[in-house]
Amino acid sequence: MVQKLRFDQVAVGDEIPALTVESVSRMDFVRYAGASGDFVPLHYDQTFVEAVGIPTVFAQGMFTAGLLSRCLTDYVGVGQVRRFKVRFTTRVWPGDTITCRGKVTKKYQEQGENRIEGELEAINQKAEVAVKGSFVAACG
Amino acid sequence: MADKGAIGKSGKPFRMPIEWGKVRDFERAIKDPNRAYFDLELAQREYGGVPIPVTFLMTSAFWQDEESMPAVHFDLGRVLHGEQEFEFFKPIHVGDVLTGVTRVADVYDKTGGRGGTMTFTVLETTYTNNKGEQVAVARSVIVETGKTVAAG
Repeated sequence: MVQKLRFDQVAVGDEIPALTVESVSRMDFVRYAGASGDFVPLHYDQTFVEAVGIPTVFAQGMFTAGLLSRCLTDYVGVGQVRRFKVRFTTRVWPGDTITCRGKVTKKYQEQGENRIEGELEAINQKAEVAVKGSFVAACG
Repeated sequence: MADKGAIGKSGKPFRMPIEWGKVRDFERAIKDPNRAYFDLELAQREYGGVPIPVTFLMTSAFWQDEESMPAVHFDLGRVLHGEQEFEFFKPIHVGDVLTGVTRVADVYDKTGGRGGTMTFTVLETTYTNNKGEQVAVARSVIVETGKTVAAG
């Protein structure tokens, strides 16, 4: 079912439905490396990370950002995002459970479209923020 | 140390075909089962073609080479991806062939919490489609720390 968010159904302050991804894995980081072309060894090479004093491989920031972007498109619909901005604040380790969530902070018109603006964040099971972000999306 | 002289430097334009197989790899990797990415009839009916995930342009990594990256030098043992941004102006679909140009938008230093200097480089890639329309801009902030990544 294809859903576009309706401008008249959104209110400032609305929470974006949360998305939880249980227990991210080393395989996830490998799959993301292959899919994205990001082959920085910190994310899959255990020997390398131990040699630089890090206990284990950890997620690419953009892997977690990808999960967060899915949370957003599930809410506003595919093809509706006009801006997506993220910064990486805490590392995501194998076994972490990531919850993606956000809220709408603004409604307005721009470039002939109804648009909403909002905040996003991906947190781990200890409620630490791994990725903090913001977005602009068009509404039907 | 920030090399302000790098600001404005551009790499050579690079071609980036938007391919369905790569879109599917990517959507699996970010765990997004949205039918738009693999149901061709639905995609054409609802979106005018198979759309791309929001962060899919990260796969420009497969299409860029040394010539398309502006001449900035990073010590790979000390760099981190700090921030990423995408802006979208027109729809992008599987089958499009985009042209990307990367330039250094800014370079600056900041003193870190432990007294070391961190250098921030903002790389901006502008994408146009086969019709010459600007479809997207991607901005990456690369942080080069004073010490190795492990110590951070």
